[in-house]
Amino acid sequence: MKIIGLIITVTTGALLFYAAGDFPAWSDPASPASTYLSPHFIEKTMEETSVPNIVTAVLADYRGFDTMFETAVIFSAGVVCFFLLRISRREDEEPETRYYRHVLTGVTIQLKEGHEIPPSADFERIDSMWTPPDLIIKTGCRLLIPFVQLFALYVIAHGHHSPGGGFQGGVILGASVILFAISHDLRTAVRRMSEKLIGILCAAGVLIYAGTGALCLLLKLNFLDYSALAGVLHVDPITARSHGILIVEIGVGIAVLATMIWIYNNISSAGRYRQGL
Amino acid sequence: MIWPIDLAILTLVVVAAISALMVKDLLGASVLFGSYSFMMCLLWSIMGAVDVAFTEASVGAGVSTVLFVAAVFRTTRRTRD
Repeated sequence: MKIIGLIITVTTGALLFYAAGDFPAWSDPASPASTYLSPHFIEKTMEETSVPNIVTAVLADYRGFDTMFETAVIFSAGVVCFFLLRISRREDEEPETRYYRHVLTGVTIQLKEGHEIPPSADFERIDSMWTPPDLIIKTGCRLLIPFVQLFALYVIAHGHHSPGGGFQGGVILGASVILFAISHDLRTAVRRMSEKLIGILCAAGVLIYAGTGALCLLLKLNFLDYSALAGVLHVDPITARSHGILIVEIGVGIAVLATMIWIYNNISSAGRYRQGL
Repeated sequence: MIWPIDLAILTLVVVAAISALMVKDLLGASVLFGSYSFMMCLLWSIMGAVDVAFTEASVGAGVSTVLFVAAVFRTTRRTRD
């Protein structure tokens, strides 16, 4: 079986190498893409959309339909992770023992079979495997996370002018929350950002994107033709395309942020939402 | 494009990719895969595709390594099949 796999892989690789010879040379000005498509984007993007970063304009405006379904793919990745991994509490071992830790004194209380302490600031619920988070890591991450999040917001908002945009910014925002979950524990992170909120955000991001497109359709222009938003935003159609890109990027950012946290929560706790990494 | 840097990074990409496949330890494989992603990120930025490089650095080298490590953390040393 291994040999057959090796033969298939080598043959496919050889075919790919053979086919790659037919590609136009790197940065060849006579290649089909460089004769009419790239010049149009390079020359016209600024006057058509007033976005200096051509990549952002192509991604979110000219090829907006592609990016919408990329966002939908990310959304479905999060949902699939949830459906495959999440284990609801009822399937767990029945007599549940809960552990609570008194925050000020560090005393741990064990409660058996369904007894629980109402949520308060004095007690926090912990797992049997709980270890106190390291003070240096905890403090370091507390200092770092606000700046990471600020940078992520900058990446999303400044995507028009510099590399970046919804995907990258959303991933960095999600990474900051994951960093919080790693440096403390998963329960603390879930308390800050509940599963319900993550699910809602994940869907809301896709809804913002598709909703912007549908709004353009309602305003009697093509789907995702942001110049239709000129009347709503009270700007000229060219600036409206720039603003439309920003709205869409924010939608992408929210969806990616929620999906990254959702996948991490499900994988790191094997769907139980107890002890993370 | 500076060709010695380009060549060095291309070599490192191949080395990282093959060693990520070869290595027995799953944690080591995921870390090597992260380094592969980072080398790809450098390669993209050499080719001038800064947006792709940024995505590769944040998604490939950043979050997916964390997700791999989280998944490896949930495995056991010996298989239970």
